[in-house]
Amino acid sequence: MGEVIVVTSGKGGVGKTTTTANLGTGLATAGQKVVLVDTDIGLRNLDVVMGLENRIVYDIVDVTSGNCRLRQALIKDKRFENLYLLPAAQTKDKTAVSPEQMKVLSEELRNDFDYAIIDCPAGIEQGFKNAVAGADRAVVVTTPEMSAVRDADRIIGLLEASELSNPRLIINRIRPLMVKHGDMMDMADILDILAIELLGVVPEDESIIVSTNKGEPAVLDRGSKAGEAYRRITRRIRGEQVALMNLDIPDGLMSKFKKLLGLH
Amino acid sequence: MSLLEFINRMLGKENTSSKNIAKERLRLVLVHDRASISPQMLNNLKEDLIRVISNYMDIDESCMEVNLSQDDREVALVASIPITRMKRDYSVRS
Ligand SMILES: Nc1ncnc2c1ncn2[C@@H]1O[C@H](COP(=O)(O)OP(=O)(O)OP(=O)(O)O)[C@@H](O)[C@H]1O
Ligand SMILES: [Mg+2]
Repeated sequence: MGEVIVVTSGKGGVGKTTTTANLGTGLATAGQKVVLVDTDIGLRNLDVVMGLENRIVYDIVDVTSGNCRLRQALIKDKRFENLYLLPAAQTKDKTAVSPEQMKVLSEELRNDFDYAIIDCPAGIEQGFKNAVAGADRAVVVTTPEMSAVRDADRIIGLLEASELSNPRLIINRIRPLMVKHGDMMDMADILDILAIELLGVVPEDESIIVSTNKGEPAVLDRGSKAGEAYRRITRRIRGEQVALMNLDIPDGLMSKFKKLLGLH
Repeated sequence: MSLLEFINRMLGKENTSSKNIAKERLRLVLVHDRASISPQMLNNLKEDLIRVISNYMDIDESCMEVNLSQDDREVALVASIPITRMKRDYSVRS
């Protein structure tokens, strides 16, 4: 019996699709049978991030409306035998799927896979309700910015209201230098405000853009810092205890000087 | 960053850093957001207030207002509760 995990955020553009792709690919690398589900109907993107955009025939609406079998709509990844994508429909809108249909679909995915990772659209409307309907647990993604943290707080409230309690948090796009200069909230600040369990921290990293260009999730790139962060997150999802990635910047000359003068 | 801010930071006075401003603003806005997620909570509070206050005086429930008010320093619970009659027998009953 597998597990259905929804990746959500409230605010758009904070890294849900990036997280879904990397977490799913990470789990597949570890030998798990995984399906990635894009529920962002009308704004399909997970296919591109995974490099599978040319192979789509059927989509999630075809499955939920009985146009085709689940098996027919699943796209097998080129790199891994055990990694699949169920793409979103591009020409329909979010109301083309209902929460009840998502529950039925999730049950089928739970039987066939070890993990189903659901990429949720931004917002708190129908698309969000669909994405969380059949999930067993939730991952909330935020960035260290006020508006993203505020929306994350709202989402956490809604998740708890829909019986998806204990969501875990990923803080994405941390810029260590800005944190060091006191111009970006750090992990402790955000955890203090949101009061939920941390799943991981991911640094701002150009390799995410490069990997999206190539359609190869950064988690596969041994040299990528964000990739390393996602490798650790993958292990934590599987229940391992893994240390947080150290994003601190070593002290520069100025702070050494200040310490010397006893100003720190 | 202004020169003053720069000097403050060099001296380790971090309170002016923008992340602390963000944190403080967030804290306030979330008090409001979290309360407004459930009008239910304000309603329950209102009913509880009516129950307690009615032990001491008669109030006009239809004109009663209970709201959260926010200025840039703090969030406060503001209640306006018109009294129609004080209970004379309070001291006797207690
Ligand atoms: N750690 C990171 N470092 C650098 N760029 C990143 C990082 N995470 C995400 N991005 C970039 O931010 C953009 C938005 O990411 P993504 O599409 O994953 O967000 P999303 O939450 O799925 O957005 P939407 O709400 O539109 O679905 C992308 O261009 C992505 O490449
Ligand atoms: Mg997305």
